[in-house]
Amino acid sequence: MDVIILQVLNGLDKGSAYALIALGLTLIFGTLGVVNFAHGALFMLGAFCAVTLNRFLTLSHQVVDPSRTDFLGNPLKVEVRYIEEWLGPEIGGAIIDWSVPLSILLAIPVMALIGLAMERGLIKHFYKRPHADQILVTFGLAIVLQQIVKYFYGANPIATPAPEAFTGSFDFGVLLGFEPFSIIYPYWRLVYFCFAIVIIAAVFAFLRFTTFGMVVRAGMADRETVGLLGINIGRRFTVMFAIAAIVAGLAGVMYTPIVAPNYNMGMNFLVLSFVVVVVGGMGSLPGAVAAGFLLGILESFASMSAVIDLVPGINQVIIYLVAIIVLLVRPRGLMGRKGVMED
Amino acid sequence: MGILKVRNLNKNFGGLKALNEINLDVEEGTVHAIIGPNGAGKSTLLNTFVGRLVPDTGEVNFDDQPLLNRQPYEINQMGVCRVFQTPEIFGELSLLDNVMIPTFAKRDGSFVLNGWGRMDRETDVNDQAEHVLEDVGLADQRNELANSLSRGDKRRLELAMCLVQAPRLLLLDEPTAGMSRADTNNTIDLLKRIGERGITKIVIEHDMHVVFSLAEKISVMAQGAVIVEGAPDEIKGDPKVQEAYLGGAHL
Amino acid sequence: MLGLSRKDTTLLLIVLALVVLAPFLLNPFPEDSELARFNAGYPDLMQRFVIFGIFAMGFNILFGLTGYLSFGHAAFLGVGSYAGVWMMKLLTVNVVPAIIASVAVAGVFSLLIGYICLRRSGIYFSILTLAFAQMSFALAYSVLTPITAGETGLQLSLNDPRILGSSAVDGTIPATNFFGIAMRDGFEWAVGGWKFTFNFGYYLCAVIMLIAFYISIRIFRSPFGAMLRAVKSNQQRMNYTGINPKPYTLAAFVISGMYAGLAGGLMVAVDPLAGADRMFWTASGEVVLMTILGGAGTLVGPLLGAGVIKYFENIFSRLNEADLNQMFSGLPDGLQSAMVTVAQMFVGDGWLLTLGVMFMAVVIFLPGGIVEGGQRVAGWFRRKSGTEKSGKAAPAASAAE
Repeated sequence: MDVIILQVLNGLDKGSAYALIALGLTLIFGTLGVVNFAHGALFMLGAFCAVTLNRFLTLSHQVVDPSRTDFLGNPLKVEVRYIEEWLGPEIGGAIIDWSVPLSILLAIPVMALIGLAMERGLIKHFYKRPHADQILVTFGLAIVLQQIVKYFYGANPIATPAPEAFTGSFDFGVLLGFEPFSIIYPYWRLVYFCFAIVIIAAVFAFLRFTTFGMVVRAGMADRETVGLLGINIGRRFTVMFAIAAIVAGLAGVMYTPIVAPNYNMGMNFLVLSFVVVVVGGMGSLPGAVAAGFLLGILESFASMSAVIDLVPGINQVIIYLVAIIVLLVRPRGLMGRKGVMED
Repeated sequence: MGILKVRNLNKNFGGLKALNEINLDVEEGTVHAIIGPNGAGKSTLLNTFVGRLVPDTGEVNFDDQPLLNRQPYEINQMGVCRVFQTPEIFGELSLLDNVMIPTFAKRDGSFVLNGWGRMDRETDVNDQAEHVLEDVGLADQRNELANSLSRGDKRRLELAMCLVQAPRLLLLDEPTAGMSRADTNNTIDLLKRIGERGITKIVIEHDMHVVFSLAEKISVMAQGAVIVEGAPDEIKGDPKVQEAYLGGAHL
Repeated sequence: MLGLSRKDTTLLLIVLALVVLAPFLLNPFPEDSELARFNAGYPDLMQRFVIFGIFAMGFNILFGLTGYLSFGHAAFLGVGSYAGVWMMKLLTVNVVPAIIASVAVAGVFSLLIGYICLRRSGIYFSILTLAFAQMSFALAYSVLTPITAGETGLQLSLNDPRILGSSAVDGTIPATNFFGIAMRDGFEWAVGGWKFTFNFGYYLCAVIMLIAFYISIRIFRSPFGAMLRAVKSNQQRMNYTGINPKPYTLAAFVISGMYAGLAGGLMVAVDPLAGADRMFWTASGEVVLMTILGGAGTLVGPLLGAGVIKYFENIFSRLNEADLNQMFSGLPDGLQSAMVTVAQMFVGDGWLLTLGVMFMAVVIFLPGGIVEGGQRVAGWFRRKSGTEKSGKAAPAASAAE
């Protein structure tokens, strides 16, 4: 039993990332009818927002510390971070420590701008083009974004730690009445999961309870009719694209302490997220979220050594296998509407 | 001899009765028109004949063979061909190719992997296709792309694609919709000419001029059911038909 | 000739001439000149031109004709490579059985995958193919390591049985050969400052490429080709015309899978090493790009696209900062360093950025690829010369287009 709970928990953080990316993907697909292969790159850009902020905060210069000397007796030069100099070591240190959560504040405007620029500058011109063209142009864009990031940040993963307060692990075992240390779970992953739930809830609430969201949902169902009502659906869709970009970006920001980001992290997630969208049902938001968590957890179960002994290699292929089966047995996915791109 | 027999056909879309106990007999070699106001279920009925839609209950027999639950291509191979309301053609291909492909389908049956032949050396298929293009008056444009045609010409091309297969039953869904009077008359002439080949035709049409110039028998549909059936003269005076058309302005 | 129309025969002969004379054409600059770095006439690169040409040509039969966008074609190339190396391990280092095996194995594999994937179309088809390719990639790295040698890659060794040949010659692994002529053999010819290399491996690949090209022309002009175009144009109509589109599409899928296998077989024929990275989805993306760049659905497009991409990959990825400084040395100092900084992003490791930009530019501005671009330019010139000769000819010409 404890093993099962542990695997479910292990699947949650990856599942959260899948769910967030898939949510944005399916939002873009459902509203704009565009297959966005650059969505993984948005996730990656979000992660690099965190890296960038961390870099800025830790900018430092050398100062001579007269109170200390090196082993030759010369005064010691030490690196002093500007922010600690200005705000004092306490507050400055805390800000640096909390750089990842703080990056959210940076990532929201940055991702919104990137999203707007992408939609207005590129995607807009591809609404009427075939899906193959959309796939290709966004695929090209993804390569370009990746390479730009690689140029500025190099190819190696850059570790960005979580705040000190969250570095430990939480012992679920004790909480649930099992042996101590039977289910331990890093705090940050718990934070990530909760964060994902909040974001998902926010997106759903936004679509459910605002007029804006209602128009967008109506547009997802029947774009032409809404257009006929004299509502400028185009501008709202631009905003939707920006929101999808923000969601992907935030998913990336908060993921940095879990896996150190590098320039092609997005692509790995993208391929899997597409699979998630397809499994959940193209154009279905709840489907994308459910399938994201489901596949994350399945993947974690498949990586158990007992399972791998039974079916070697299953951890590598489980998601694709599920996708293939779903596509063949139930092409519209778990919760997809009938007729969406089903041909 | 009835070539097409429809028995007790029903189809519901949600709560809407799209087809309600339809019975229909089409005599071989005749032109049978189906008329009725919009939403009467005419196109739905045709859809069940070609395998696009499976009805809830009922039977459709073509030449004493059941048509239901067959793939569209199987139904075509039995000798049923349909001209759609919005032309379904191969837009990116030349007119000649558009007509040659159905010719191959007719000649080769379902699947022949002829990857070594040459389109321009398949003389028999070529001749047949050219011949039919001449019949419908499109021979001069044979090398143009089908997408470049006007709507009326596309309809004519689609008709040619059916004719070249020498079908036994031809289904025409509003063959003259959106055509000028002159084009309409041309199409009527064309349909009369191919009538001489003994192809049975079912025509859905709004234009009563077309219906009364062609049809030998008319079925009137309203709200998913056949309300009247008979020869054109009988239909003209029938009060139920006039009522179905809200005062019968068309007649 | 050979059952081709005059126009196609001309095309085939032009490609033949280009391929035969490639060692000259690709080495236009003298060996010790500044511009020698833009030469491409060395065996390794020329082999890649024709091998990737075959790969893209096959992909074009599927994507260009039927419109089905496969994102997993690299899997067939990878499988072909493995099959080829195994033939050389088990039978003989003669490349003929290896090439035959890679085509056959890739054919069977693509039949299997195609049968499943083609039950869906559109983006679902793309994702299914992608999923299968990624699965093959992951398995090649993990469970199938005994067959694929995992990360190290499958290669020949002295302990291989090679029952039709010999395990070792003079204590080393024998070289891959075509009935005794080693793939790496060739000769060099120095004329003045120029040096031309003629490599046997290249010419073998080139001959096979020409055969593949010929087959592709035949398919394009055949009733089968017309059926495939009809699949792309309107599947609905095909169905109502009495044709089941599935077997035609599957046949195209298998043919293109065999082309990919052939390319994989030739790769290991000239360099007997097969790695799983050949199956990664970026490799599938590359062949899509080659086809699009050249012009999907055209005969020579994929060949051109493969050539252009492999050429630029080679040139751009080798340029470094020093080269750039030299290239921009004529400019004023400030401008020079600015140009070098910008250009540096696009060369060396940054070559992929160039690739991405090219990718986008082609899809945005030139959906028909290089071939369409060429036709546009040609049409433009024709019109221009037309107006000079007589003012009346121009409108007629443009109306005909």
